[in-house]
Amino acid sequence: MSGGLYSMDAKDFDKTLDLTKVKPYGDTMNDGKVQLSFTLPVPCGPEAVEAAKLLLKEMGFNNPLVVFYQELTPGYTFFNCYGSTIHTVDFTSIYVPKVESTVMEMKETDEYIRQNIGRKLIVVGASTGTDAHTVGIDAIMNMKGYAGHYGIERYDMFEAYNLGSQVPNEEFIAKGVELHADALLVSQTVTQKDVHIKNMTELIELLEAEGLRDKLIVVCGGPRISHELAKELGFDAGFGAGTYADDVASFVAQEFVKRMNTKK
Amino acid sequence: MDQQKVDRARQLARMIAEDVQSFADGYTTVAVERTICRLLGIDGVDENEVPLPNVVVEALRGAGVLGQGVMFYIGNAMVATGKTPQQIAEAGADGSLDLTKVPVAAQKSADAALQPVIMGSIERIRQRRNRREQYLKTLGEGPKPYLYIIVATGNIYEDVVQAEAGARQGADVIAVIRTTGQSLLDYVPYGATTEGFGGTYATQENFRIMRAALDKVGEEVGRYIRLCNYCSGLCMPEIAIMGAFEGLDVMLNDALYGILFRDINMQRTLVDQYFSRVINGFAGVIINTGEDNYLTTADAVEAAHTVLASDIINEQLALLAGLPEEQMGLGHAFEMDPMLTNGFLYELAQAQMTREIFPKATLKYMPPTKFMTGNIFRGHIQDALFNIIGIWTHQGIQLLGMPTEAIHTPFMSDRYLSIENARYIFNNMKDIGEEVEFKEGGIIRQRAALVLDNAVALLEELVKEGLFNALEKGKFGDVKRPKNGGKGLDGVVAKGAQYSNPFIDLMKGRR
Repeated sequence: MSGGLYSMDAKDFDKTLDLTKVKPYGDTMNDGKVQLSFTLPVPCGPEAVEAAKLLLKEMGFNNPLVVFYQELTPGYTFFNCYGSTIHTVDFTSIYVPKVESTVMEMKETDEYIRQNIGRKLIVVGASTGTDAHTVGIDAIMNMKGYAGHYGIERYDMFEAYNLGSQVPNEEFIAKGVELHADALLVSQTVTQKDVHIKNMTELIELLEAEGLRDKLIVVCGGPRISHELAKELGFDAGFGAGTYADDVASFVAQEFVKRMNTKK
Repeated sequence: MDQQKVDRARQLARMIAEDVQSFADGYTTVAVERTICRLLGIDGVDENEVPLPNVVVEALRGAGVLGQGVMFYIGNAMVATGKTPQQIAEAGADGSLDLTKVPVAAQKSADAALQPVIMGSIERIRQRRNRREQYLKTLGEGPKPYLYIIVATGNIYEDVVQAEAGARQGADVIAVIRTTGQSLLDYVPYGATTEGFGGTYATQENFRIMRAALDKVGEEVGRYIRLCNYCSGLCMPEIAIMGAFEGLDVMLNDALYGILFRDINMQRTLVDQYFSRVINGFAGVIINTGEDNYLTTADAVEAAHTVLASDIINEQLALLAGLPEEQMGLGHAFEMDPMLTNGFLYELAQAQMTREIFPKATLKYMPPTKFMTGNIFRGHIQDALFNIIGIWTHQGIQLLGMPTEAIHTPFMSDRYLSIENARYIFNNMKDIGEEVEFKEGGIIRQRAALVLDNAVALLEELVKEGLFNALEKGKFGDVKRPKNGGKGLDGVVAKGAQYSNPFIDLMKGRR
């Protein structure tokens, strides 16, 4: 399909890195190379390939290249493509809100709580709403943890209650109150049709209605959750892919201490 | 494998299964009774969209007489009114008939009224089964492992498009994932549905729509395409009977899964499971069990023996329900951490062990999910290793892993890539299982022996404690469930003196 192993394209563009105009890097600075795959609902053939190329141009790609295409079923064609994007981003002006706590290991966090709080913190976690997946909350809470990071149940200085999956928000809050929770952990795995947004918004609204929001540290997590989204929805923090119990436990402990200090 | 140890494991599992069965025999549930309603031809919904089987069963439960069974009350009403069960249910729904106030008929006249209805349903299921067998004779089927893919759009008509595409690309089994939360509904929704979260409602009409589509595409591609759904949750036997009526071929059907991962009450679901497996056995449906899920919460290396122990218990429970070994899709999985040194060898050992212990079963082999990270490129390789073991150890049903696992429900192209991956490997390595032997005393043999030893030890423990107590202690999947906790316990009632369910004997006596 392609023209050979070695690109003969003239590389007559500026090859110096400019962080105010960052482009994707293929094998040369500022070549802008992007790899894409997608399916178009059109019959397979030369017209389909042309359609894919035109779409790439619309998306801001120069030199669009369809390197592979295949009919998936009559009327649907799959493409692997490359192109050089014309767009750039200004890396120097980016601000991303982050969880502002230092990530500590289990023993450090336990010690931190012992010294600064002097009692066990009570956390109640659940996969709430209709979400039936326990994998997220288990990874954070279960004794065993995930990928070598022990879960909160194993910490000496946490009393952890994992309510499992499909816990309605009302029940979750009631249980939190009953157990005198310091923090609530919400896991959301299913995100089809933004069901997690609705569910998490409802939780915050219920907490506010009952005057509990400020008394509790409320955090959420899941593969599609970012700290930014969590803050937007009124949570104290959000933990996405690549975060573990260490991150959550450190945050809860440090946030608790921060609140103790501001109350004084 | 040490055959004596395997025999010992089976013997122990038999004792555990018989203990459960002797409990289950004393009870019925709202779901079992609703299933009998459906077998008596009761279908449809009332003006509030409540399914008529629920209307009938709730009326009896409300009056505190459900323990006598719907058979008794419908029989009486048929004699007293001369109406069909459907007309009786409708009269119950509009308030013109109170089943509990109908005079008790003589046993003989009630039997005479019920008999043709009972035999009509039995015949309907038999014909469905024959239809599948006919298709398998004329169209044939794909070689094992069957390629199993899921569709999960929420809209049954969109599911059809995806399923047809999958079948054309080579899939042998199409599973329509259920909408999130359906397992906890204590009724089955009615009619065709187009809205669901992360899946599509299991309804009898949706079953019919998909079965018709797969028959059509099966004729086109010259291969019978099996349809799979989920006979689990609070409506286990009801889904089983709907599947039996509409020609489903494969059903997830595992009480242990519901107990551990959906927090369904263990007494409820083990009673429900028995009748659902009797139905699935009679209808020629392959059941799938959910042991693979243990490894999503527990560690895949340390907990391997819990999967084997549970598979053996599930086998014995299924045999007690009259379900033949060939219809047992016992579950296991490829879920070890990909960074583990020699992890592939352990996975291979366990898959080969499972094959040898259950030689006739249509084993269900689950792909990696827990360690799929969003790195779709590595994910595709993890799936390739999984496929190598699938063909090597002659698995029955290969649930195809998707490179985009943990990101989204599969795109049409994800399915294409996964099927291409599996077909490439299944063809390229077709006879490797016959060519390669495992070294005496090597890592693979030792691993299999260790897992079997641990499984026997666990079964010994379970025999002493009983399955219910073991579940309370968290022996499977590190999940603990109380005997009287979870959802659905209020739907369990002890059988009364008038109770009967003639379908069990009719269906089990088929051979």
